[in-house]
Amino acid sequence: MQKRPGDRRLATVLCGLLVLLFIAVIFGIVAGARPIPLTTTWNAVIHFDAADSDHLLVRLIRIPRTLLAIVVGASLGVAGAIMQALTRNPLSDPGILGINAGAAMAITGAIAVFSVTNVTAYMFFGILGAALAGAAVYLLGNLGQTGDPVRIVLAGAALSVVLLSLTQIILVNSDEQVFDQFRNWSVGSLQGRSYPVLLPVCVIAAVGLAIAFTLTKALDTAALGADLAKALGGDPMRIWGLSTLSIILLCGAATAAAGPIGFIGLTAPHMARLITGPGHRWLLPYAMVIAALLTVVADALGRVIAPPGEVGVGIMLALMGGPFFIMLVQRRRISKL
Amino acid sequence: MNGAQHRVSASRRHLVWRSRHASFIIEKRAVTVTIAFTTVTVAAAILAVTLGRVHIPYAEVIATLLGHGEGGMRQQIILNLRLPRVLVAIFAGASLGVSGAIFQSVSRNALGSPDIIGFTTGAATGALLQIVIFGGGPLAVAFSAMLGGLLTATMVYLLSIRHGATNGYRLVLTGIGAGATLNALNSLMLVKGDLDNAIAANLWLSGSLDARNWDHAVPLMGAACLLIPLAGLAARRLTMIEMGDDLARQLGINFERTRFCMIACAVLLAAIATAAAGPIAFLALAAPQLASRLAASRGVPMFSAATIGAFLLVMTDLATQFLATDLVLPIGRTTGLFGGLYLMWLLTRSKRS
Repeated sequence: MQKRPGDRRLATVLCGLLVLLFIAVIFGIVAGARPIPLTTTWNAVIHFDAADSDHLLVRLIRIPRTLLAIVVGASLGVAGAIMQALTRNPLSDPGILGINAGAAMAITGAIAVFSVTNVTAYMFFGILGAALAGAAVYLLGNLGQTGDPVRIVLAGAALSVVLLSLTQIILVNSDEQVFDQFRNWSVGSLQGRSYPVLLPVCVIAAVGLAIAFTLTKALDTAALGADLAKALGGDPMRIWGLSTLSIILLCGAATAAAGPIGFIGLTAPHMARLITGPGHRWLLPYAMVIAALLTVVADALGRVIAPPGEVGVGIMLALMGGPFFIMLVQRRRISKL
Repeated sequence: MNGAQHRVSASRRHLVWRSRHASFIIEKRAVTVTIAFTTVTVAAAILAVTLGRVHIPYAEVIATLLGHGEGGMRQQIILNLRLPRVLVAIFAGASLGVSGAIFQSVSRNALGSPDIIGFTTGAATGALLQIVIFGGGPLAVAFSAMLGGLLTATMVYLLSIRHGATNGYRLVLTGIGAGATLNALNSLMLVKGDLDNAIAANLWLSGSLDARNWDHAVPLMGAACLLIPLAGLAARRLTMIEMGDDLARQLGINFERTRFCMIACAVLLAAIATAAAGPIAFLALAAPQLASRLAASRGVPMFSAATIGAFLLVMTDLATQFLATDLVLPIGRTTGLFGGLYLMWLLTRSKRS
């Protein structure tokens, strides 16, 4: 790969972010309603003792949960970056494809009709709903002409609203219990997620990320518009299809695991763009690491802030990240898409 | 009238009227769309007044509206229950349509709506605070919603000013940040609040036209009648600003002032509509899009967006009254449902973007 000026600086900053992420992970494992000393944590990893409740807590709850936070954050950050490149719209987040709405609708239906209550079953319905909604938007956006970003965005927005309206109509007409469960799912939380959720989510997200990183060059051309992309030898149909597939996988897995977290997919790419500029070769890894970092920190803070209860990661992310994002936008020169 | 000073010229698509100081360009198709939707909306509104627990025939409705009513309970029902409700639907729809058209033009973004400067979320924060924490009545909730929305919009506008000027892109990004933060606060109140309060709050978030009276209708109608024509007059200038600030300046437009006035106008329209009918989110996004597609218009489709907004809301209200058996169908959600389906259908048919 050809070296460009600025590559060295970007690589250094990325390494710095990775170190921060590592520190955040340790913080995420140590912190919680019941703080566990670093040495005990280390022992739980090295010399696991099944009789020690602290060791159990670290191994069975804290570690999988923190790993899941990384996977969810990374998936949403990359999905958001692809989405914004594809639609050439700074307002679009993965939710615009109707994926969050599809997952929400499927899970509400599951809660209301089948009285499902466990998190693993939520995940199954979540992925199903996300895939159906994503496929529907893909078809709608493709009817007639292909690759017209305004049309895709509008189709996604329309489908999202239809699905969310249906979800709300189901909620308003169901028992209070259904609403109670839904409101807890809908804010995004990693509470109670362990290995049964972590493993499938990791596999799906890994496939999604792999597809995404093969697309970096194609996305640079796609961001120039369909005509120019075609002139540069890109195949809009292929880019559009692969991107959609990757977004459905990434966003579906993340939403199914943690509930709809809108904020990170929307803002992590903007934050990354403030550092890297619009090229996707650096934008995707930056968006991934920044989103993972923020998610891990938000999840850990959400556990510490109001013990013994906790605040969902989706809420924490937006509460912390919102003002930070506004500050960034005010200070820095804005790099457009 | 002096022939040298007033001239009307016509082409296939446009009518142009010029005088010495001013000229107007009228797109024929936009006028057709506006007239057609106005007619259908008025007809639907009259139909809506006849429907309800007590059926009242057309003849009586029209007679009462024209002031030849027979008095008694039925006249009370028409004038004090059903008429204000229908009027709230018409004017809230029109206000949101225009508000959305302005925001989509200012942000040059098809996803633009009062949401992009955090207005809708701010209004919801105001209302939720009132419901979940202070426990106020419906009027207090409407008032705090309006206040919340206006405060948020002002804050976002001020935060996005840099070197004395805003920039569409920075406005959008600041709005995203503010909207996300407030949205998290809203979720926090919904999740941590008492379940009964949370359900009440969720119902408010769904929007409603139930139990609307003249207290809701009069301020809404006043604001809409004042602000919508104002927005219509500025539509042409907004179209030119869409071409870029520099070009607009060359054409002699004070773009910063126009943009500020139009944003203020759009926020006020959204605020007063939200206070009257709750957040009816999707309307502001869908109405201008439907309008520009149906009218094949290149400019900002101000009046057709207004009539289509009104049309969508009145028709949705009518549909819920026909459909409702024992289902609760909140107007904000049904508008999302029908408006979304309509937009999807239109997207599958139209080839142009």
